Amino acid sequence: MSFLMLALDIMPKLLEGAVVTIELTIIAIIVGIFIGIPVAMGRVYGNKPVYAICTFFVEIIRGTPLLTQLFILYFGLPSVGIMLSPFIAAMIGLGINSAAYQAEYFRGAIQSVKKEQLIAAYSIGMNQMQAIRHIVLPQMFRLVIPSWSNELIYLLKYSSMAYMIQAPEIMSQGRLIASRNFRTFEVFIIVALIYLVLVSILSKILDMVENKFRIPGL
Amino acid sequence: MPNVILRAENVYKKYGKLEVLKGISFQVNQGETTVIIGPSGTGKSTLLTCINQLTPPDQGHIWLEDTEITHPNSDINMIRSSIGMVFQHFNLFTHLTVLDNVRIGLLVVKKTPMKEATEISMEKLNEVGLGDKINAYPAELSGGQQQRVSIARALAMNPKLILFDEPTSALDPELIGEVLNVMTKLAEIGMTMVVVSHEMGFARAVANDIIFMEKGIIVEEGKPDKMFNESENPRTREFLHKITELYGGKTE
Repeated sequence: MSFLMLALDIMPKLLEGAVVTIELTIIAIIVGIFIGIPVAMGRVYGNKPVYAICTFFVEIIRGTPLLTQLFILYFGLPSVGIMLSPFIAAMIGLGINSAAYQAEYFRGAIQSVKKEQLIAAYSIGMNQMQAIRHIVLPQMFRLVIPSWSNELIYLLKYSSMAYMIQAPEIMSQGRLIASRNFRTFEVFIIVALIYLVLVSILSKILDMVENKFRIPGL
Repeated sequence: MPNVILRAENVYKKYGKLEVLKGISFQVNQGETTVIIGPSGTGKSTLLTCINQLTPPDQGHIWLEDTEITHPNSDINMIRSSIGMVFQHFNLFTHLTVLDNVRIGLLVVKKTPMKEATEISMEKLNEVGLGDKINAYPAELSGGQQQRVSIARALAMNPKLILFDEPTSALDPELIGEVLNVMTKLAEIGMTMVVVSHEMGFARAVANDIIFMEKGIIVEEGKPDKMFNESENPRTREFLHKITELYGGKTE
């Protein structure tokens, strides 16, 4: 069977996997945003206990491998009676992992909003909440887009780790196909190409987002 | 008796061991312009930020009309919304258009309805001559234009008093005039202003009162004529002589 024939033959299965990969990536990045932003705020504006908890979270997650975290969730939790499906475990693991990294990107962006901007906000009578909501956050989102884009692309590729806990994403599908037809080399070249296409599309979209939100003159 | 808008009594401020303000007292009447002059590092800017509590003073009392700003229970956000501030580096919100920069205080702080907030903002922007720039972003404007936007932002809140912290010091020389013209116009229509500035021409022409500060105290205070022509204090004379040589003191 030629390479092209093979590719056409296995594409439906691989695309099924690709859909799971995309789902995992999107859910994880969203979980990551919703945990990451509060954690970043806690690290910048929080009082001592809040700062400590948020910092602890970031250090624990960034200080341990993603694969270890996934194994704890999928293979470890059942021993305390919590059974997660591979997909759910992968979703939670990738989400929490991404949250820690995103928190750091958001923190960096919050801190690079110039102090003068806050002072100006206070000088017209805004309280801290209003200043954060109307001045700091909108500027933070723009500042964070480049580094956040990297995180999204990493996440798309790191979601392949979910293969190790049997989530049916693209790597799992590839492995399954290769174990049946023994065309390992070709199968994973095709898998790699699919990742490449996904990443390219994502980069394009992120470039467009960055341009859309660029502030004229800056 | 003129209505006293701002009164400061014995204001002290220290940064660590460095005493920046050592007992400042002065007052500003409604519709009058007070210009604070003095060498760099004398505490002039600190004094301004003490007035709106961006830098809370260590000791002393400050009143805005009958409200004590320095009172522990004062509603500081409320008070700040009625004291405008214009900064040396403009501090416009970089992510907002000119119109939104002026309008945001009304919308967020005063909860003014959108239509009314827009009308007020347009009126103020027209007043400073920028009615045609409402959709521009700050980074697309010259320094002089940015500073005029920031004056409009202060005016939109209908303040009882506007503080100017060296409003022209960061501007190219050819842009200073347009900002001073706006400020002169404000003085003419009776806005109460406290201005820290090295613009002696402006001080002479517009100020009702000039305060000369040095090393955290008020050395001398008086009408422009007296300060410029018959100052009693040798330090005032020396400073004014130097600064007039440097910046030019002619009245326009």
